[in-house]
Amino acid sequence: MYGAAAAFGGMALASCSGAPFGSLRSTVHFWNLFGGGDGARLSDMESNFVDSNPNLELESTTLTWGAPYYTKLSMSTVGGRPPEVAVLHQTRLGAYAPAGLLEPLDPDMLSDYDIGPDKYLPAVLESAKYQGEIFTVPLDTHPQVMFYNTDICKKAGLLEKNGDLKPIRGADGVIDAFKKAKEVTGEQGVAFAPLDGAVPWRLFYTLYGQLGGEVLSPDAKEVVLDQEKAEQAVDFLVELTVGEELTAPTQDYAAAVAQFQSGNAGFHWNGEWEVTTFADAGMPFSIVPFPSIFGNNTVQADRHTFVIPRGVAKDSRKMDAALTFISSMMKNSLIWAEGGHIPAYLPILESQKYKDLTPQSNYAGVADDVILDPNAWFSGSGSDMETQAAVPLQQAMAGAVDPKQAVDDMRASMQELVDTPSPL
Amino acid sequence: MAVRAETAQAAGKKETARGRTDLAGYLFVAPFLIAYVAFLIFPVLLGLRLSFYNSSLVSGDAQFLGLANYKELFGDPDFWLSLWHTVLFTLLSTPPLVILSLVLALLANRAIPARWFFRLSFFAPWVLPSSVIALIWVWLYQPGFGLINSYLISLGLPEVAWLAGEGVAMISVVIATVWWTLGFNFVLYLAGLQEIPQELYDASAVDGAGPLSQVRWITVPLLARTTILIVTLQIFASLNVFDQIYIMNTSGGLNYTVTRPIIQYVYEQGFTSYRVGFASAMSYVFFVLVLVVGLAQFAVANRRRGNV
Repeated sequence: MYGAAAAFGGMALASCSGAPFGSLRSTVHFWNLFGGGDGARLSDMESNFVDSNPNLELESTTLTWGAPYYTKLSMSTVGGRPPEVAVLHQTRLGAYAPAGLLEPLDPDMLSDYDIGPDKYLPAVLESAKYQGEIFTVPLDTHPQVMFYNTDICKKAGLLEKNGDLKPIRGADGVIDAFKKAKEVTGEQGVAFAPLDGAVPWRLFYTLYGQLGGEVLSPDAKEVVLDQEKAEQAVDFLVELTVGEELTAPTQDYAAAVAQFQSGNAGFHWNGEWEVTTFADAGMPFSIVPFPSIFGNNTVQADRHTFVIPRGVAKDSRKMDAALTFISSMMKNSLIWAEGGHIPAYLPILESQKYKDLTPQSNYAGVADDVILDPNAWFSGSGSDMETQAAVPLQQAMAGAVDPKQAVDDMRASMQELVDTPSPL
Repeated sequence: MAVRAETAQAAGKKETARGRTDLAGYLFVAPFLIAYVAFLIFPVLLGLRLSFYNSSLVSGDAQFLGLANYKELFGDPDFWLSLWHTVLFTLLSTPPLVILSLVLALLANRAIPARWFFRLSFFAPWVLPSSVIALIWVWLYQPGFGLINSYLISLGLPEVAWLAGEGVAMISVVIATVWWTLGFNFVLYLAGLQEIPQELYDASAVDGAGPLSQVRWITVPLLARTTILIVTLQIFASLNVFDQIYIMNTSGGLNYTVTRPIIQYVYEQGFTSYRVGFASAMSYVFFVLVLVVGLAQFAVANRRRGNV
């Protein structure tokens, strides 16, 4: 009882700390899901913002990647207490814009802050829109890439004379290279994380995309998964884990990163964002685009974007603070690019400094070959479709089900999602 | 006559006195009652109402569905699977948590010099929050370089996929939970042990009883009330498992097929997938289950008390 009374009193006091006693400095609450190497880069960018904007305060909160982040973001917006700025994967726009959880961004308003529509490539800008209105400010494109340990590859005879990796192409070429790397390390040829909620989907979608397959119809009302192509993609993954035992089917994300970092694997399949982790560890590595296994360089990617949750525009000061923050981060996105990402902000993308960055420049060209997740309310990074697809893929990679069964299971779970009435 | 009038007058006074006492009682209880109704009763009823609509977290309009949510959940294999995971977790974790804590309490109760140290170390994990426990055990369970697997490898044994193996994942969670929550039962048993008079042990020693017989015939029966309390609390706590499984297993789709408890499924459907109505329906079915378990325990405890 006293606890309840104390809680009442406390809540009353807390809610009072708004307008009447509001300080002259606006606070920008920023929610993101950038941990690890990304988190370090983000801190640098945030310090730049704080230094150049003494009249604004910044409260940055990092939440666990995936469903935990997105659940909190939507609940805080629905509950009327959203952060001023948040990060959103481009592929999740389909779950947030139709639900009315984001503030539409007027192009002229954006131009006032130097982040107008002319600052992005047309394709990038198109994906930032929902029903013609801009809802997100794209920060980067982050594709899957292939890291390789230069020492191990040298010993395995996989490097050219000038130190570059010899081109690795085709399913057999890739498996061959990984086998040679495994002979050198004695442990794994390639390290990736079958036991992750997102990695299996990303790899499957890349391979399936290289085969030219589509997953959902454009209106997301039908599952158009091609059985043969999907099985071929899963087959290749199973070959890596079960067939040739080039990677451990039970390792999770952190273990895969650690195995590559400590030299137990010659190659590493992951998003480019881990470049900071490996650079800080001082290990000898470089990056090349994800290999062309089925005849082209299509690779899965997503984009990080800044969004302003619904409810912030009611206060023009908050809106101004939010846009100032976004603008500052965009102008600082060279630091972000040093973290591995391909910047979306044209002044940075086209700058000489970015072009000089290695090994980032090795894969900057893949931006033309990326495919993003299909657009639906249940799809995207950290979404149900991604985590549900991980289950049969994981089972296949552990050798527990055959590829046909895995594809059937994937199709069944996608069909269930398509059939579920949209809660938006 | 006078006696009856006096009695009547006395009775009348008692009535008003009783009425005043009753009113004072209600006024004392009122603040708590208001909070209780507002924050417990009302949401429970509101939630029940929600379960008949297809309420969404983000959209305002919700259509009345009748029993459609309930029909859907009874046909949902994920619901039954996660319910089974919760029950399995309870079945696997309750015996060790009861028996092991008794054994440790018996050991820690001996009059040895460093007794305080053992009591502290068995209880200490219970103080840690679930996220810390989950993090510690995730790193312990890592394949390859995790502490447990590296010991197995150095002994020449094959390493175990603790959090990744289908048969092992739930057991790994149970082990971590037992290590974590043992302390609470341990303390309860310790307290219970203090109440057993030493004379009983002395008398039985005179009669030639060894230590094991003493435990079997003196200690355990006299701890019966504590045991019933611990079993009751433990079953309810285990049925509510969520924290450690959610945090330890978030990185794997394996979580869905092997370890996801019902509460996590309700949370995911309600808050992550926005389907609050459907999640409400599931939570009420689970509530009925817990109620049945509680009533069963109550009946068992009552019957026992009747016999004693």
